[in-house]
Amino acid sequence: MALSFMEGNEAVARGAIAAGCSFFAGYPITPASTIFSNMLTMLPPNGGICIQGEDEIASMGYCIGASMAGRKVLTATSGPGISLYSEQISFAIGSEIPMVIVDVQRLGPSTGSATRGADGDIQFLRWSNTGGLPVVVLAPKDALDCYALTAHAFNFAEELRCPVFIASNKEIGMTRESVDLDSVELPPIVERKYSEIGKDEINHKYLPFEADKDSVPDFLPIGCKTLVRQTSSTHGADGYITIDPNVIGESQERLINKILNAEERLTLYEENHRQGADTLVISYGVTSRAVEDACKTLSKNGKAVSTLTLKTLFPVPQKLIREKSEQYQHIVVIEMNMGQYVENITRLLPEKKIVFYGQMNGVLITPAKIMEVIQNG
Amino acid sequence: MDSFLNTKRPPVFCPGCSHERITKAVDTALVKLNLEADKTVLVSDIGCSGLFDTFFNTHALHGLHGRALTYAAGIKLANPELNVIVTMGDGGLGIGGAHVLAACRKNLDLTLIILNNFNFGMTGGQYSVTTPSDAVVGSEFLNQAEIPIDICEIAKSGGATWISRCSGHDSSLPDILCEAIKHKGFSIVETLGLCTGRYTKRNQLTPKVIDEMIERLPTYGGIVEKNQRPEYGEQYRNLANQQKSLPELLKVDKIFDLKDMKRQEIVILGSAGMRIVTAGDMVCYAAISAGFNASMKNDYNITVLRGQSVSELILSPEKIGYAGIESPTVVIALSDEGVQRRIKLFSKLEPSTFLLKEKSVSIPETSATVVEIDFKEYQIKKQDWALASLGFIAGKNQGITMEMLDFALKSRFKPAVYESAIEIVKKLATITM
Repeated sequence: MALSFMEGNEAVARGAIAAGCSFFAGYPITPASTIFSNMLTMLPPNGGICIQGEDEIASMGYCIGASMAGRKVLTATSGPGISLYSEQISFAIGSEIPMVIVDVQRLGPSTGSATRGADGDIQFLRWSNTGGLPVVVLAPKDALDCYALTAHAFNFAEELRCPVFIASNKEIGMTRESVDLDSVELPPIVERKYSEIGKDEINHKYLPFEADKDSVPDFLPIGCKTLVRQTSSTHGADGYITIDPNVIGESQERLINKILNAEERLTLYEENHRQGADTLVISYGVTSRAVEDACKTLSKNGKAVSTLTLKTLFPVPQKLIREKSEQYQHIVVIEMNMGQYVENITRLLPEKKIVFYGQMNGVLITPAKIMEVIQNG
Repeated sequence: MDSFLNTKRPPVFCPGCSHERITKAVDTALVKLNLEADKTVLVSDIGCSGLFDTFFNTHALHGLHGRALTYAAGIKLANPELNVIVTMGDGGLGIGGAHVLAACRKNLDLTLIILNNFNFGMTGGQYSVTTPSDAVVGSEFLNQAEIPIDICEIAKSGGATWISRCSGHDSSLPDILCEAIKHKGFSIVETLGLCTGRYTKRNQLTPKVIDEMIERLPTYGGIVEKNQRPEYGEQYRNLANQQKSLPELLKVDKIFDLKDMKRQEIVILGSAGMRIVTAGDMVCYAAISAGFNASMKNDYNITVLRGQSVSELILSPEKIGYAGIESPTVVIALSDEGVQRRIKLFSKLEPSTFLLKEKSVSIPETSATVVEIDFKEYQIKKQDWALASLGFIAGKNQGITMEMLDFALKSRFKPAVYESAIEIVKKLATITM
């Protein structure tokens, strides 16, 4: 087994390239900048495009334009930048523009601490679009996940025609680790579904947002034979403004259901079920590594504790959480924030007692602290 | 094609609005240039200028206020063969000012048509960045306290290669637009027009007054000589083609077999300029060559040439979970700043911790086993202290061995750099304390 040594951000870039990404635009920001610098070494020599936007809003605009021209696109930022992204995020969600957005989270709020980690943007990512439509958010726990989840993210984005977020963290993005990329089985690459007719000949019947109930419209790129319309305004199937309440209502429902109905397909996780355990610890991101260490130690000392690591945060993997929690008396949730995800779990498991510990002070939660929470829980 | 106008969606502007004339002028220009509809994209944003994309049978993208140029740039870079035409109002010009400047500097082959009608027509006639100070607008007195911008002057100093200013009622507008679209690079046409719904209700603005305004303003008639240079997309592709391909990812096999593989936690405490991160990197590669997993967390100031530089390394035969340091096996203290950054660490150290300290560095009380070395005595320069320390700990088989370290240096450095690095490493490798 040969190992390489890289930070999570480089692994994101490598995952993106493996998924067929050919366009990146971003604005420098710690701790996400090295995704940009890696893409800058990887894309241009291979005919790809890598651009430094004049700001974050522009970076998103470049990505939206390039995606509509048919490219697989990536951008990366951190807290202050994702705040600026939000108007364009709403556009990409409402107008079904595929892209992958990496948020290498840093301690907030606001400019916060550039070089301190946190998982403080989880709810922001969920609700960053005006209209409150559902989104897909994946959370890596290490560099290997950064690689694999980025590939998944591209697949989900292309398949569902939506932005997909990767909620990374300074503690993953800028921590270098030994990795065996060859050990990762990447998912088969998914390409955007084009309208069967229209790319190289005119399809007069093509409507850019026509789709079956709860499904995804077929794509055609701006610049192909058939004329394509894209708009940030409330639109009907033809891409023109509409005020027809039925059309609008159906469209909103479709935007919601195309994501929520894909829950199972989108659910990624890891679990470590330990024989005889009566407690399940649910966590995500870099925190799940300390959780696993803590539970390993507890098990060695005679107290078996199981773990569930969520790799998909949104849409909430409801079925998974219910199923995996069923047999446990005690549920513990640990987050590197003051409790942004736990309510999704309490909502799903009203009959269970849920112990929560959150910490957001610029340092990793230690396995010792987690053991204490589990034992005192 | 006779016309690109979408007969199903005729212009919907207020009677007398200049935008309608400009719509027709754009159509005439597209016809004159004989552009292919499927190779032409109209990009617009918010405001009355944002209606333009709906009037034409071309590709179209309508987006957020002031951001039209960003979408246009993305489209053009992704597909350079398209003719990309952008419409923006004076509102978009203000909120998207950074994008206008970036477009001027870049010189990507886009055409920007500015529909300047001196106010925000759609939202109540509020003042914009082009509203004269003496105009009566929907923002009460606020415009009186500011002055309007001259976007042509700004674009010129911003590096735009083609600028024209004319009335929206100018009969030569189609020809001006043709020239702008034909220009290989970023072109701006500022049209001055009437907002009959709002502005002209309270201000004496007529086509004649606009002509007089244009007379008084600096003249822009196309090519800006001093800014001529190659188009951005071509420049980008040229430069991109010259970039070297990324070297293959370095993959290190297990080549050394350590009999007694134990988890190591190593902390290097130093300062900016001491190449602490490089040293940490070497330790990790060394460990990987013996089949260890490795992780490295660095802590240094944003101002990279000042302050502490701390590297925290974990080397483990097992997969590494929590990547923080809990009980260091080796601490290398090379600067007071570094020590101060992890001052709480020292009281927790056990006698089993091997602590290498440079003579000049002060450390708090600790139970660790402390070894002090005067690096100056060995004529080692400060920027080499970290590397030399690695030689010392490798010589004592603390976490890594000399052959592992030698392998790491060889894999990471070019031959010439390796030679000098190994010299430094050897300086302390054989001292006995």
